[in-house]
Amino acid sequence: MQNAFGETQNIVVLGGMSEIGLAIARRLITPATKSVVLACRRPDAATSQIASLQREGVDVRAVAFDAADTDSHEAFVEQLRRDHGDPDVVILAFGQLGDQDRFDEDPATAVKVAHVNYTGAVSVSLHVAKQLRRQGHGRLIVLSSVAGERVRKANFVYGSTKAGLDGFAQGLSDSLEGSGARVLIVRPGFVHSAMTTGMKAAPFATTPDAVADVTVRGLKSGRRIVWAPGILRLVFAALRHLPGPVWRRLPLG
Amino acid sequence: MSTDFVSTRLTGWGLTAPSVARVITVAPADVAACVKDSGVRGVIARGLGRSYGDAAQNSGGSVLRLAGSVSDVVLDPESATVTASAAVSLDELLKIIVPRGFFVPVTPGTRFVTVGGAIASDIHGKNHHADGSFGAHVRRLSLLLADGTVRELSPTDESDLFWATVGGMGLTGIILEATFAVLPIETSRCIVSTVRCRDLDELLSEMSVGDEDHRYSVSWVDLLARGRSFGRGVLWRGDHARVSDLASKLAVDPLRYEPRHLASVPPIVPAPGLVNLLTSRTFNELWLRKEPRRKDGQIKSIPGYFHPLDSIGSWNRLYGPRGFIQYQFVVPFEREDALRRCIELVVESRLASPLVVLKRFGAANRAPLSFPMSGWTLTVDMPAGADRLSELCRRLDDVVLEAGGRHYLAKDAHTRAESIVRGYPRLSEWRRIRDSVDPDGIWQSDLSRRLALLG
Repeated sequence: MQNAFGETQNIVVLGGMSEIGLAIARRLITPATKSVVLACRRPDAATSQIASLQREGVDVRAVAFDAADTDSHEAFVEQLRRDHGDPDVVILAFGQLGDQDRFDEDPATAVKVAHVNYTGAVSVSLHVAKQLRRQGHGRLIVLSSVAGERVRKANFVYGSTKAGLDGFAQGLSDSLEGSGARVLIVRPGFVHSAMTTGMKAAPFATTPDAVADVTVRGLKSGRRIVWAPGILRLVFAALRHLPGPVWRRLPLG
Repeated sequence: MSTDFVSTRLTGWGLTAPSVARVITVAPADVAACVKDSGVRGVIARGLGRSYGDAAQNSGGSVLRLAGSVSDVVLDPESATVTASAAVSLDELLKIIVPRGFFVPVTPGTRFVTVGGAIASDIHGKNHHADGSFGAHVRRLSLLLADGTVRELSPTDESDLFWATVGGMGLTGIILEATFAVLPIETSRCIVSTVRCRDLDELLSEMSVGDEDHRYSVSWVDLLARGRSFGRGVLWRGDHARVSDLASKLAVDPLRYEPRHLASVPPIVPAPGLVNLLTSRTFNELWLRKEPRRKDGQIKSIPGYFHPLDSIGSWNRLYGPRGFIQYQFVVPFEREDALRRCIELVVESRLASPLVVLKRFGAANRAPLSFPMSGWTLTVDMPAGADRLSELCRRLDDVVLEAGGRHYLAKDAHTRAESIVRGYPRLSEWRRIRDSVDPDGIWQSDLSRRLALLG
């Protein structure tokens, strides 16, 4: 349950190794918090992530979760509820960037990325939404990306999965209206993190901490969509309407 | 049986922590059937929603509103008792009983609470030092149990369950009807004496002598004043006026009772609301200055003396969409240091609104979860959207609990399960009694989940 300050008791990060997911969870931990669950493929490899969230009186643990294994999602959500009670905030943070150059050679790898980023996200989100609807409260935070706002050639498989996910999350948000459950869509720009190490930063690059700050502010003020940094909302409002030939030539990495 | 329900977003009076539940308005005869179909998220009863926090919310479950009728209210002047449906409000009752020469045994700062809520929260008022809390005046009640049966309870028969229901926050069952004592009065006026105090020392010492000479006693403290005026405030003590106290004009119709509605706050007050340091300081200054330094024998009406805020509809909206909390605690008299420390913390925070109440409680009653106990109780409203409020409340909690004090469940919207375990040493006794009549956990609320009240 949440208290009068919007502080929550049970926090779940789907994609428990995600730096952005962890940064958001870190900010959501308050004296009201009872549990933080990091759901990831290899829970045994999450020791440092667990340690980074450890606080007195908070049960932080990693549990096995495979976004690609959609058949397991129903039981996963049910187990979460049984172990910790109502999930108050669920952060959907998993996602793979993949290697765009390899996708052309080996489309099967692109299918894998699409399956995790979109199909897996749709599957687990719907199971989470079902639980939130049943409990009459709770928030689902969906990490989308500006890459989905206008998909560009440099990462169009990843970008298209985020475009799909973003559209899905908007619809889910509308469908949850009046249920007590709510969705917050986060659209970060280029984020300096493990996923982007070695890549050339795009303009308005940001950090996991900055994205987390924007997200937590959005939660407090009850927003449905936040951009990180906020300026990207304006930038993309313009970029979206650029003619194709100009868009293709933009040096966006 | 009608099972019409509407999924409704509910909050308490503080407008915080909303959640959605199936709200079902049901006649007493149909309640049992509704409870049977309740499902895993259970049921809680809701009266007029004047608990500040989440006591009458049940996210994902059912929230029952009892359809009760004023026409069923029975006043027995011989025994000075009233029998009423739990759904009847003190507002409705007062309109019936005051003109006939009786007053409710206990009233909080609002008359918009139901009889069921008054018992479930074991409410207190300005007369706690003299008369105790509402539960002390209840002669009997009928309680719908989780198994669908109705049980008659009184302080002598089934007294364990009776006292677990008094202050039990609706978690023992649904109170359907109660009989309680009412107070004979000669007039609908109060006779009030006022003392304006220049600082906390003066206020506490004025408060510490003389309560026993009056039925009602309460103080207001300016929790924004600093320096020499730290803790300045006003002490009001009162009694029901006798006919001989009234001027001849009022004495013509001594029991005339006409509560008035002045205005309502519109549904939407934009963030951050209208209660801020500037408006609150101005209000406090004016509020203090309008009071005489020392005056006896002022005549006030029942609404003017007991329920001044009730004349403004939906005043809770003044705090804007983020709402507010009402922080209320009690600490034992011997821990006046803890009271002073809490007042310092609130004053330093600059977060207090003008709505502040300080009172000396009388002794506790037998109910394991009843809030009042012998000691100082302080109540202060603060806007929930303020950034530093959470930290302030934790610090206050620490001081209160260390001093052997506790928090009022009907007001709470912030504290943690540990605070209740520490503040209510008889919690496990209450759980045992409760579990014996609700083994499957039908009675649930957001409050019970947030504070793990059911264990």
